[in-house]
Amino acid sequence: MELFTEGDPIADTKAPAGPVEKRWETRRFEAKLVNPANRRKLTVIVVGTGLAGGSAAATLAEQGYHVKSYCYQDSPRRAHSIAAQGGINAAKNYRNDGDSVHRLFYDTVKGGDFRSRESNVHRLAEVSVNIIDQCVAQGVPFAREYGGLLDTRSFGGAQVQRTFYARGQTGQQLLLGAYQALERQIGLGNVEMNARHEMLELVVIDGKARGIVVRDLVTGEISTEMADAVVLASGGYGNVFYLSTNAKGCNVTATWRAHRKGAYFANPCYTQIHPTCIPVSGDHQSKLTLMSESLRNDGRVWVPKTKGDDRSPKDIGEDERDYYLERIYPSFGNLVPRDIASRAAKNVCDEGRGVGPTKLGVYLDFADAIDRLGRKAIEAKYGNLFEMYERITGEDPYEVPMRIYPAVHYTMGGLWVDYDLQSTIPGLFVIGEANFSDHGANRLGASALMQGLADGYFVLPTTIANYLASGPLDTVDASHPAAVEARTDVEDRIQRLLAVNGDRTVDSFHRELGQIMWEHCGMERSEAGLRKAIGEIRDLREQFWQRVKVSGTGEELNQSLEKAGRVADFFELAELMCIDALHREESCGGHFRAEHQTPDGEAQRDDDRFAYVAAWEFTATGEPSVLHKEDLKFEYVHPTQRSYK
Amino acid sequence: MNLTLRIWRQKGPEDKGRMVTYPVDDVSPDMSFLEMLDVLNERLILAGEDPVAFDHDCREGICGMCGLMINGDAHGPQRGTTACQLHMRQFTDGETIDIEPWRASAFPVVKDLVVNRSAFDKIIAAGGYITAPTGSAPEAHSTPVAKANADAAFESAACIGCGACVAACPNGSGMLFTAAKLTQLSLLPQGQPERYTRVIGMVDAHDEAGFGGCTNAGECTPACPKGIPLNTIGRLNRDYLAATAKGAGNTPGS
Repeated sequence: MELFTEGDPIADTKAPAGPVEKRWETRRFEAKLVNPANRRKLTVIVVGTGLAGGSAAATLAEQGYHVKSYCYQDSPRRAHSIAAQGGINAAKNYRNDGDSVHRLFYDTVKGGDFRSRESNVHRLAEVSVNIIDQCVAQGVPFAREYGGLLDTRSFGGAQVQRTFYARGQTGQQLLLGAYQALERQIGLGNVEMNARHEMLELVVIDGKARGIVVRDLVTGEISTEMADAVVLASGGYGNVFYLSTNAKGCNVTATWRAHRKGAYFANPCYTQIHPTCIPVSGDHQSKLTLMSESLRNDGRVWVPKTKGDDRSPKDIGEDERDYYLERIYPSFGNLVPRDIASRAAKNVCDEGRGVGPTKLGVYLDFADAIDRLGRKAIEAKYGNLFEMYERITGEDPYEVPMRIYPAVHYTMGGLWVDYDLQSTIPGLFVIGEANFSDHGANRLGASALMQGLADGYFVLPTTIANYLASGPLDTVDASHPAAVEARTDVEDRIQRLLAVNGDRTVDSFHRELGQIMWEHCGMERSEAGLRKAIGEIRDLREQFWQRVKVSGTGEELNQSLEKAGRVADFFELAELMCIDALHREESCGGHFRAEHQTPDGEAQRDDDRFAYVAAWEFTATGEPSVLHKEDLKFEYVHPTQRSYK
Repeated sequence: MNLTLRIWRQKGPEDKGRMVTYPVDDVSPDMSFLEMLDVLNERLILAGEDPVAFDHDCREGICGMCGLMINGDAHGPQRGTTACQLHMRQFTDGETIDIEPWRASAFPVVKDLVVNRSAFDKIIAAGGYITAPTGSAPEAHSTPVAKANADAAFESAACIGCGACVAACPNGSGMLFTAAKLTQLSLLPQGQPERYTRVIGMVDAHDEAGFGGCTNAGECTPACPKGIPLNTIGRLNRDYLAATAKGAGNTPGS
């Protein structure tokens, strides 16, 4: 059976023509507005309370809309944006080091390996400066210089210092800023907050997104919630790999359910493998922990020059060490973008030069920085990260070099959206990591926080108004046949999961799925491997529905049932990721195909054949998806082979 | 390692609850505490028993979702460490470990080790913010902030809202949580206009939610995985006193 068919091309029709730096201004002016008196009659559902969802819900409520917000955690403050460590980029040029909106735009398009939309990326760079202003006004305690002004640092893929930070907890501080703005609106009665609720289905009526079906995770009650528009801010799908730096609860269900209802899924194979994570320690491992990329500012990455060198790092002399990033990429050195650093680590480990008990690790050494700056300075910059490392590994990184290895961290793919961040289902908007929009095939460090907040604070509130202004929509309620059907589907699925009563746990299936994905759809992919993976995933999915054991009932707090539903969706997504990776016969950013590399092992793009966004349309379970191509045009940043040498 | 776990099991808010003993074998010292519970749960599920419900998410000590009383200590024996970051090398082979939920009247038990901490959200909604609607912000560099103040604000802002302070407090008080947010915002110039209405709003919400009063027992800071300093509560009390004397800041010029 063929794996997919090709349909008509797709295009973004919302970005205005004209110079790229004028497009957002033009769109804002052309977008229709909703009269303040009419806003409170309009209900918007926002799923997820991370940087994108939290900031969007707060801002929409400030503007006067009635907002219903949902998160699976016990409080909106816990979304996984909170774990982002390093920082947030903004083109403030406070350093006077040559930064500008245009340079941030340029770096992001280049960093994304020329697989993102210029219009979107330029808007992101423009809005970045407003984000910093907004967060400072909210009381986000960014790092400051002695003069009282904001401090910045450098990050991978850039030669300017444009990254604002709050020690190693930037995500936490930005999220709490958005959360506090959201709580203010909850207190004012403008947002109806539903924590411990999970979206399990999208309600589409007359072709428009009109609601969601949710499960109350405490009582198990299923309810149908209606609205004038639905916003998905449900994050990425890195947990398809089982082991990733995502929180345990992160899942694809909200976006996957929308995909099944008609929203195209774009570039699912673009996965970011972060180079600096703590290596796996054993089979019990339930998640991986990131060590911020900011560590690469002062840490030097190396492995022994000789294969199988088992000596302790302090016994390996300078001339016996290979500082391979500095050697291969002299101009960016340890600060090459993530995809490049990750693959280089994999290569030296594949050569047999890896370190640590599993040999899947490289050193990140601070000895030189401690000599140069003193232990105190390193402690001030990275103290919390060093402590975290020691807690997890039992080793003191001030004395022994850290061991790091790449891990799945972020997914650039997501639901396809136009310039207005609207999916292929009218009324369904997708923001933050859940959409595919701004990072192309590789995201630069400190750009996820920027995109989440850009979408939530500034972009969506403008563009969603344009949609809502075209109303009023027909009045519908939960008794509409399409809403009833969505709800019945959810109930049936839960009953099916509970009825299997097999002999394997959900986690054992998830772990096995993750191994298949890491092996064949991870840092390096090949045609043979991907074909093998697709077969294995299908077999395993079939087994899952025959052998999974979910304990308890649907009418209670049941964490094993929650996981089962999420893993069932991961199986379907995993297959599409492999098909996407298989069809893209080139290497770009986080997608590295073994068959497509330059003689010195760098990614080889094929712009003639693949300078497009792959937007996938769902047909039916087990049936081939339909590929729609959105051609990418580069008017300002001309595709070149990315070089960081 | 072989361990004996005694875990609080409670089917729901109405159930009385009890400690149940589970032996767990072959625990690796490199496992996190929650990974050890994962192993137990896998076994319980296959045996057709109800797995132990516990809250967790990021498993890297920042989301604040996990929270267990381990041998009577909030988040267990290691200072400055959440339960998810606690590793089994902190325990010895053959040990018996008691695992209970947070116990406080403001945090009712939902099931087993899961409690309802929404009272914390209510405290924030009652004033734990700076009113700055999107789009209204001035240029970030228009107001410098002394580094010492910015750093101290950050130190308080590091609170993860896990509730260990409440669980450790003999009065079940949420004062450290409340004071942490108040301290952060009152140290910043942007937080001044609402400084006194904020403290009254948050303290009132704290009391209404059923938290106990602070009697300076000082159990909270040692239990706090982020080490929020106890002197934040002193700052809260000073601001609260000033606010009540000023009539909640409504006197112009005060």
